[in-house]
Amino acid sequence: MSIEVRNLIKRFGSFTALDGVDLKVENGELLALLGPSGSGKTTLLRIIAGLDWPDEGEVAFNGEDALARGARERNVGFVFQHYALFRHMTVFENVAFGLRVQPRAVRKNEAGIRARVKELLDLVQLDWLADHYPNQLSGGQRQRIALARALAIEPRILLLDEPFGALDAKVRKELRKWLRSLHREINLTSIFVTHDQEEALEVANRLVVMDKGRIEQIGSPGDIYDNPASAFVHGFIGESIVLPVEVAEGSVRFGGSLLNIAPDGAACGASKLFVRRHEMAVGPSGSGVFEGTVHHVRSFGPVQRAEVALAGGEVIEIDAPRGKELHAGDTVGLQPRRYRIFAA
Amino acid sequence: MTMQLTHSVSLTPPADKARARASAAAAGIRTEPKLVRIAVITLAVLFLTVFVVLPLVVVFAQAFSKGIAAYLAALSEPEAQSAIRLTLLVAAISVGLNLLFGVIAAWAIAKFEFNGKTFLISLIDLPFSVSPVISGLVFVLLFGAQGYWGAWLREHDIQILFAVPGIVLATTFVTFPFVARALIPLMQEQGTQEEEAAISLGASGLQTFFRVTLPNIKWGVLYGVLLCNARAMGEFGAVSVVSGHIRGETNTMPLFVEILYNEYQFVAAFGIASLLAMLALVTLVIKAILERHLDEGQP
Amino acid sequence: MGLTLTWLSVIVLIPLAGLFLRTLELSPEQFWSILSSRRTLNALRISFGLAFAAACVNLVMGTIIVWALVRYRFPGRRLFDAIVDVPFALPTAVAGVALTALFAEKGWLGAPLAELGVKVAFTPIGIFVAMVFIGIPFVVRTVQPVLLDLDPEIEEAAACLGANRWHTIVRVILPSLTPALLTGLALAFARAVGEYGSVIFIAGNLPNVSEIAPLLIVIRLSEFRYADATAIAVVMLVVSFVIIFAVNRLQRWARSRIPAD
Repeated sequence: MSIEVRNLIKRFGSFTALDGVDLKVENGELLALLGPSGSGKTTLLRIIAGLDWPDEGEVAFNGEDALARGARERNVGFVFQHYALFRHMTVFENVAFGLRVQPRAVRKNEAGIRARVKELLDLVQLDWLADHYPNQLSGGQRQRIALARALAIEPRILLLDEPFGALDAKVRKELRKWLRSLHREINLTSIFVTHDQEEALEVANRLVVMDKGRIEQIGSPGDIYDNPASAFVHGFIGESIVLPVEVAEGSVRFGGSLLNIAPDGAACGASKLFVRRHEMAVGPSGSGVFEGTVHHVRSFGPVQRAEVALAGGEVIEIDAPRGKELHAGDTVGLQPRRYRIFAA
Repeated sequence: MTMQLTHSVSLTPPADKARARASAAAAGIRTEPKLVRIAVITLAVLFLTVFVVLPLVVVFAQAFSKGIAAYLAALSEPEAQSAIRLTLLVAAISVGLNLLFGVIAAWAIAKFEFNGKTFLISLIDLPFSVSPVISGLVFVLLFGAQGYWGAWLREHDIQILFAVPGIVLATTFVTFPFVARALIPLMQEQGTQEEEAAISLGASGLQTFFRVTLPNIKWGVLYGVLLCNARAMGEFGAVSVVSGHIRGETNTMPLFVEILYNEYQFVAAFGIASLLAMLALVTLVIKAILERHLDEGQP
Repeated sequence: MGLTLTWLSVIVLIPLAGLFLRTLELSPEQFWSILSSRRTLNALRISFGLAFAAACVNLVMGTIIVWALVRYRFPGRRLFDAIVDVPFALPTAVAGVALTALFAEKGWLGAPLAELGVKVAFTPIGIFVAMVFIGIPFVVRTVQPVLLDLDPEIEEAAACLGANRWHTIVRVILPSLTPALLTGLALAFARAVGEYGSVIFIAGNLPNVSEIAPLLIVIRLSEFRYADATAIAVVMLVVSFVIIFAVNRLQRWARSRIPAD
């Protein structure tokens, strides 16, 4: 099932949650909607599910107008951040719920329902919990049951709203891997919302970065990391050094002095220079476009993280490889290997 | 893909599409069809109007049915005046007693751990779930002519039943839970940290209570006193059993309402009743205000 | 602590102990003959039967009122929300005379009902009406906070799974409210069984027909038949204890279903 969203606009009072969003999700894709809170990602997901309605715009499933149907006719699997399991039902009955409320004409008989629930509990590897109540399960188990319940109705698409947001770090990591392999297994068009970039980069085939109700960039994880399309994306994904610069015709100035780098097509005026922490090469004094004094060094694993004060007074953090150890008080030259300049 | 989309969308006439969307959107996730909504609201409003609003209105309508002069005249009868005085006196004593012991009981329950705590809470709740008539009965069994202490009381010429002490006792019994009940959850939630801090800073037990504990629970105390007072002034069953209905002496306002009503003095009966109804309404208004304060106090 | 127990003893425990001691003075035969007399049995049947019927009406109407107050917005909503508490706050004697005046044959509601051939005041229906009045707040105030706190996501989850609104309400929402609904039912029932002031004016108080158990206690007391009064009181008290116990168990059950996080 492919999903196409065109020019979606959604306002809550004076707040614009979605400000003209266009998106195409291909069949079988695992797509992540990534953005800070308030960026509109959850609203977009809820509109696709039919839990909210846009003020303007189109939503189509396989080319068919989805807005003409309510949530209960869209056949969408939705997994909630806080699981939304039915507390008064056992795990088995939770998963069976969607099958039991089907219209009589298409409803499976009891044996059919049992077989299907068994199959799903096996899929999420929790068949031994069938008779337990949700409050007897751990957070990770609850989320897997919520997923099994969503899959019971054989949805055409699967939507997950911050599925791992309420879990602790270790369980999150396990479930991420598990979700990716599950997606390979069932190959269902899936969208998941997250504010955790690591999660998005690790799980999704394709990323949609959102901010303030707009899509900032769509691309593969590597693409977005290496070629951020805007200052927001550069700042939001990965750790960046940001320095205020002035771009003029063919030149870049920082704190009054000319930097020996090309403006790289950036427009003239006040701008910001973005460099990844590990893309700032450290050499002896005079070897780079910046000069700085090392304030403080912490070494762990393969990197040493150094706090460097630049000549102008700005303090930046860089990640240098181990081997040539830095020390507090060293004077160093810094040369960005890769950089981007965006208008401020 | 885009071609296909455009194609299929254009197949549906715009008007039909708008109508389908509107109906899908209207069948919102968390609400019912408009007709059901209207029916539920109508039923709720109708039920509350018939069973609650109308009885309240009837009280005032009957009280003023012969004009304001007759109303005021009925209220200024000496017997009415003495009923009002007795009600105020009884309420003052029993609210005072229950305030004092309610605060202490709540404090003991909330700040200390001991065996049988749940049982103690159940005991405090007991008067809520006992019929008011039984509450009166137990005092008759103790102090009545055939009661356990009846003979002894008669010998020493002490009158409890059919007199003010009996009314006070019965009223105190039925209003026993209010203050403690309002305070226990509040004090449990607040815990003992602030008290411990005060004591570690050198405050004495009493200083801690008046400077730390009491300011924290003042709205809860007022809330309990308010409800306790409303019930104390309005109590009928228990007081009716122990009072003996002596006119001008052991008639509280609710009892006087009954007497006047049975004597077909409707204006007077509903006149006194209207005072009690106003007490109830004022109580509810103050309760709403206090609840707002209590909510604000919460984190 | 000691003070608390002393006060509790003086005001609550000693009087109640007196009641049970009194009962113990009766021989089992005496006790049984009092309870099995026709008038006592009828009074108990009327009190418990009508109280249960009234509590059931309160359960249904209370649920509808809570739903309207919590889920819908309509003019006067806050006022009606406040009005629910009136039966709590209004002295029972006032409620009694007011309901009687309202439902008497010449009353605002009594007159039209009389034309339909329905007599309310001074019949068992009157008792039932008074018990419904007194029980309204119990169901509403126990269910309201639970419905307010109910996670909206469970309804959205049900809808996404294809459940229509009726299925969602019957299979998801109402079961979530069950502990609160049963608690409200029990509290309304307990209050109605023991209710005196608001009932006796409208009841008619005809022995065996419209005489409630608390009134029979009062009558026996005024006849100085303390043993009779005590026996009836003990039965009612035991039922109250059972109800309190059941409510406490219900609350614990409800808590055990709340997720631990």
